[in-house]
Amino acid sequence: MQTISKENEKGRTPFMRRALKFVSGNPIVFLLLIAAIIVGALKDNFFSWANLSNLVSNTAVRFLIALGVSGCLITKGTDLSAGRQVGFAAVVAGILCQRGDYTGRLWKWAPEMSIWLVLLITIALGLVWGLINGLIVTKLHVPPFIATLGTQTIIYGISLVISDAQPIGGFQKIYTTLINGRVGNVRSFHLPYLLFVALVFGLLFYFIYNYTRHGKYMYAIGGNETAAEVSGVNTTTTLMRIYATAGVMYAIAGYLLAAKSGGASTSMGQGYELEAIAGCTIGGVSTTGGIGTVPGILVGVLVFELLKIILQFLGVNPYYNYVVQGLVIVLAVSLDIRKYIAKK
Amino acid sequence: MSEFVLEMTDVSKSFPGVKALDHAQLRLRPGKVHALMGENGAGKSTLMKCMFGIYKMDEGTILVDGKPVTIHDPMEALRMGIAMVHQELQPIPARTVGENIFLGRYPMKKVLGFIPVVDHKKMYADTAELLQKVRMTFDPKQKVGELSVSQMQSVEIAKAVSANCRVLILDEPTSSLTANEVEALFRIIEDLKAENVAIVYISHKMDEILRISDEVTIMRDGHYIGTWEASELTTDKIITQMVGREMTNLYPHRENTPGEVVFEVEDFTSINPRSFRHVSFSLRRGEILGVGGLVGAQRTELMEGLFGIRSHTTGVIRYMGRELRISRPKDAIDQGIAMLTEDRRGSGIMGVLSVADNISVASLSKYLDFGIAINTRKVEELVQDNVEKMNIRTPSSRTQIKSLSGGNQQKVLVGRWLANNPEVLILDEPTRGIDVGAKYEIYCIIADLAKQGKSIIMISSEMSELIGMSDRIMVMCDGRVTGFVEGDEATQENIMAYATQFE
Repeated sequence: MQTISKENEKGRTPFMRRALKFVSGNPIVFLLLIAAIIVGALKDNFFSWANLSNLVSNTAVRFLIALGVSGCLITKGTDLSAGRQVGFAAVVAGILCQRGDYTGRLWKWAPEMSIWLVLLITIALGLVWGLINGLIVTKLHVPPFIATLGTQTIIYGISLVISDAQPIGGFQKIYTTLINGRVGNVRSFHLPYLLFVALVFGLLFYFIYNYTRHGKYMYAIGGNETAAEVSGVNTTTTLMRIYATAGVMYAIAGYLLAAKSGGASTSMGQGYELEAIAGCTIGGVSTTGGIGTVPGILVGVLVFELLKIILQFLGVNPYYNYVVQGLVIVLAVSLDIRKYIAKK
Repeated sequence: MSEFVLEMTDVSKSFPGVKALDHAQLRLRPGKVHALMGENGAGKSTLMKCMFGIYKMDEGTILVDGKPVTIHDPMEALRMGIAMVHQELQPIPARTVGENIFLGRYPMKKVLGFIPVVDHKKMYADTAELLQKVRMTFDPKQKVGELSVSQMQSVEIAKAVSANCRVLILDEPTSSLTANEVEALFRIIEDLKAENVAIVYISHKMDEILRISDEVTIMRDGHYIGTWEASELTTDKIITQMVGREMTNLYPHRENTPGEVVFEVEDFTSINPRSFRHVSFSLRRGEILGVGGLVGAQRTELMEGLFGIRSHTTGVIRYMGRELRISRPKDAIDQGIAMLTEDRRGSGIMGVLSVADNISVASLSKYLDFGIAINTRKVEELVQDNVEKMNIRTPSSRTQIKSLSGGNQQKVLVGRWLANNPEVLILDEPTRGIDVGAKYEIYCIIADLAKQGKSIIMISSEMSELIGMSDRIMVMCDGRVTGFVEGDEATQENIMAYATQFE
């Protein structure tokens, strides 16, 4: 009965028990790891640096988007405009990063810009979209689902307008080489720069979520918005910041994605919001609010990307990929929810 | 034929880390009101949920009419004639009374001989009949959301009656009812008794229990303590059995001495014409000001107005002679005012968050390193400090607050406010839904705060608590302050006299 148990009791739990607990707590992660090992044993190139690098780069971009949307999910909201914002950022960054001497240049009147300036412009525009979403949610009191359903259509429309629905290529060389750069030798050990970008943002978000007032307020709003308000939390400001931060994250992801693909188009990022939400949910972000961690989100996104690569290696018809991915989302969440149901 | 309509024996149920029921039992006779009593966490609700098929029991038997049965889900319970009116009513507000009552078993008819459709005519006719049975006169086609809490409860009871129930579980049915509404409920209960329905009555209110019930079963920590004829019992006896020790003092000895006036309210009027108006009062340093009145007297609304949760039109709030501008809770908090709200789950706890997060949320600015990073060690110190001072029982500071008992949740919330070191504390029904032992602890905390010179406003609907804890009592009726009573002169009678001064 006596009050607080000692912290060091945690350390004493035997390794096996902890391992078992992890497996029963994260069945999907465990199953996919097993699947990866099996596929690795069957296919030669699966455990290769090239494949790892591929997995890491794909995960890195998706992780940034998932981090952005996670704040919305934790506060019981959502952001359906994530994918279109990524596409918009890719289009803007792509247009502005076109070479000055490229004949298919879209905005011939614009000077060739530094790719860093383009990054800043892209981020600023992402911030604007995020603030617009935040305003609609907090000031017009439109439920986030509907608010962002509306803005995603608007954003897509604007992407079409500014790019005239043309594919965008002819990037400055530095743009693509820098973003696709890596540490180490291509044939043996190497790590893409994108990994470090993801790591930096992962750590930053971990810090924000766990060690700042903003993070605590975010969880408080997700846990009980009325109680948070009564406790002096400025819910409007907090939500505005969350949606604005999300916009910035999508912008960065879009900027990276255009360079990564070596070209941009308005269809880029389509459906990414659903992947990001799925990743978060698989990683334990609760749709009922107040729950979700950065490591969890990373695992969720990683699992999803790992699944895609496994399917690819098994030679599954790409059309079936969607079927399998959908099944995994449903399975993962249903298994996760069982934890709570079992407590009844 | 068994003399009992329903028997539960040796029922045990464990949740991770806690044995909620340990060989509990309950025997219900037809046509009798059976009170089920115990502190919060004693296992009453768990036992009822096992009976109603919401929880699956680990061991134990249920006999209906002497025959063993297993109840897997509420639908099955209903089929056996067991109905439950939940502590928190769960109606569908946008649908009509009739639709709510017949939800899940709408009377059907066939159009053109083969297309099944809901028979609305029959449904509303049956509803009207049922409402008459529970002595209610409102329209069966009215939306449930437009009804008062007591009317909604009558709808729930009507629903139970319509299922031809033989066992009716009432879980804290009077917690939000006015005195008149309680009387109406008791008349319905008498009617049901006459029809041989066995009624399980869960409540913390001793006077009600002693008045309405025939038998009383008391539980403690998941154990069955015993069953008595209600006529053999007194309030003291019940409390002794519930707590397992003699409760000599219901209220602690207070050593506070009210000093100079620190907080003043003048002509405070709500933006809503039917709510509080022209309220003026003052509060002294180290004083406990009780606020009494009937449900609907707008006491909560007034306090929420002072705290900036609700809007006001006119009125002045002064603290130490300085005028305060309060338009949202943050303003009040910044001025050293704290408010423990009435609805602990709705506007108090953040259920899925940890005890540490819940206790620190209102004072996070105090634990920052470099103006940005929260120092978790300082937060942990805050938790430990409160755990020791207030005897909060929690497995760890990381435990989700929703898994704590009501009393311990309340202590965490008190801790949340004290972390800001407020000078004026508004406590709205601080002991509602809390068991007797924890109540006493909360009283001690309040008395101690007053002794330290904090000024306290305490809304309470429990007369004895109001009289036992207050230095002075402000009584409200229908949005107005109708009178003040000095604590040592307060009686139920003079408070009630002010509380019923309708215009």
